[in-house]
Amino acid sequence: MAKTSLCDAADQNLQTSLASFFRSMLGQDEISAIMAPMRLPAGDMVMQTLVTNPEQVDQIDPFAPAFPMNAARLVSRLTKRPAGGKVVVVLRPCEIRAHIELVKLKQGSMEDIVIAGIDCAGSFKNTDYKKFAEKDPETSTARFLKGVLSGETRFDGEVDLSAACRACTHMVPNGADLAIGIFGMDIDRQFLVSAETEKGEALFDKLGLKEQDAPGKREETIESLVAVREKFKNEMFEDTRSKTDTPEKLAAYLSGCINCYNCRVACPVCYCRECVFVTDVFDHDPYQYLRWARRKGKIRMPTDTVFYHITRMAHMSLACVGCGQCSNACPNDIPLVELFTATASQTQAAFEYEPGRSLEEEPPLAVFKEDEFAEVVEVKH
Amino acid sequence: MEDFEPTIIAFVCNWCTYTAADLAGTSRQSYPTNVRLIRVMCTGMVDPKYIIKAFLEGADAVLVSGCHPGDCHYINGNYKARRRMKLLKAILPQYGFDEKRLKLTWIGASDGIQFARTIRDMVSEIKELGPNEAKHAAVV
Repeated sequence: MAKTSLCDAADQNLQTSLASFFRSMLGQDEISAIMAPMRLPAGDMVMQTLVTNPEQVDQIDPFAPAFPMNAARLVSRLTKRPAGGKVVVVLRPCEIRAHIELVKLKQGSMEDIVIAGIDCAGSFKNTDYKKFAEKDPETSTARFLKGVLSGETRFDGEVDLSAACRACTHMVPNGADLAIGIFGMDIDRQFLVSAETEKGEALFDKLGLKEQDAPGKREETIESLVAVREKFKNEMFEDTRSKTDTPEKLAAYLSGCINCYNCRVACPVCYCRECVFVTDVFDHDPYQYLRWARRKGKIRMPTDTVFYHITRMAHMSLACVGCGQCSNACPNDIPLVELFTATASQTQAAFEYEPGRSLEEEPPLAVFKEDEFAEVVEVKH
Repeated sequence: MEDFEPTIIAFVCNWCTYTAADLAGTSRQSYPTNVRLIRVMCTGMVDPKYIIKAFLEGADAVLVSGCHPGDCHYINGNYKARRRMKLLKAILPQYGFDEKRLKLTWIGASDGIQFARTIRDMVSEIKELGPNEAKHAAVV
């Protein structure tokens, strides 16, 4: 059973109490830095920030509904080789899961980090976050949490939680060393800290946290939130499938794509240094375009769009954690996370694989067994 | 669909199925000309994107065929091919590419007769299924 503690929120202010929690972490000798989402000076943007000075933790705001990038990419940068110090990384559940995938793909490590995972209430798309936060940057996170914890998904009558978040059922930070909980808590008064691993427990003890039980209604709250999101997810999948179930419909769905590949750049688990789609293989000669157009009567320009997206499904859907950054990065608002997660749910089911579930489970395409999947082989006579 | 002649792209491994195709020829086994053989060194090198590209360019079916389990010239390439096939069979049907259009078989070097039969069967099955819808759609 994990050790848990309830941290009091001073002055009914979650952010100040989180700041003092993080300050006490930086006071530990073995912790060199904290990387956490931090409110930037302009006020209405939140970005992961690497902090070493305990006096500069005040603007850390992990629960802000801003999700400009999946921080797994940053954690991989911090851990691909020894950094010479231990860093506490404050991550959302989908960032933890993406990092676990990256570690399995040899793109990072768990060695020099302590993962402080948060209960994730969700986030807005980048443009929506700006709209939401600029009204009153200081109170925006509190306003958001109050609404979302009482079941709201639409704010100010105009901005919705992102589709990825509304369909997300991984709201508690599995895989974290320390988990920071808000579900089922009276967040004006306290938040929950629980040690989930040995590493987390060591830090828990060092911080001198008092062992206290989590409130009983926590499990219940999480279950009911998950049930709502599960329902949304299933409807979203069904809707997406009905829009993409023939090659022509799929092409129509992706018709706004300009081959900018932002979705791939934003994808935390798409890790190739050089994607095949930007290599010479796709640097077609001018005469080839004309030849294709002649053969078919017409071709869409740019070419290779559907090809690119289906190939990404084949290359990366098994590792897709559903964080929604692909949708966030699309300049033409193609509902990519809907498509990606709907497809990924099938591929992941085919291999009974869940990305980010465990470091021990090998990525399905990295291993094989001699005796398996007989159903995909035609045996005759 | 009386006069529909399907186009089948077949990725065959150098050591087993390609050799079987060769044997079919030298043994005067006949099989339909609908199939375009692409010789690869091993089915383990058939990237999913080759298959996706074939379908998007209008192939009516794709066959991947290599050595029987345990016989792979490179020890285990065919096992990897089987996993990729499992993956593609989970992806392509979602976008309306009938699963029957994608086949994996093991045909050993001495199975010339079986190679010819496999192609004959596949052509008649695909004829019944009709053309791949992506052939005429502008999906590239």
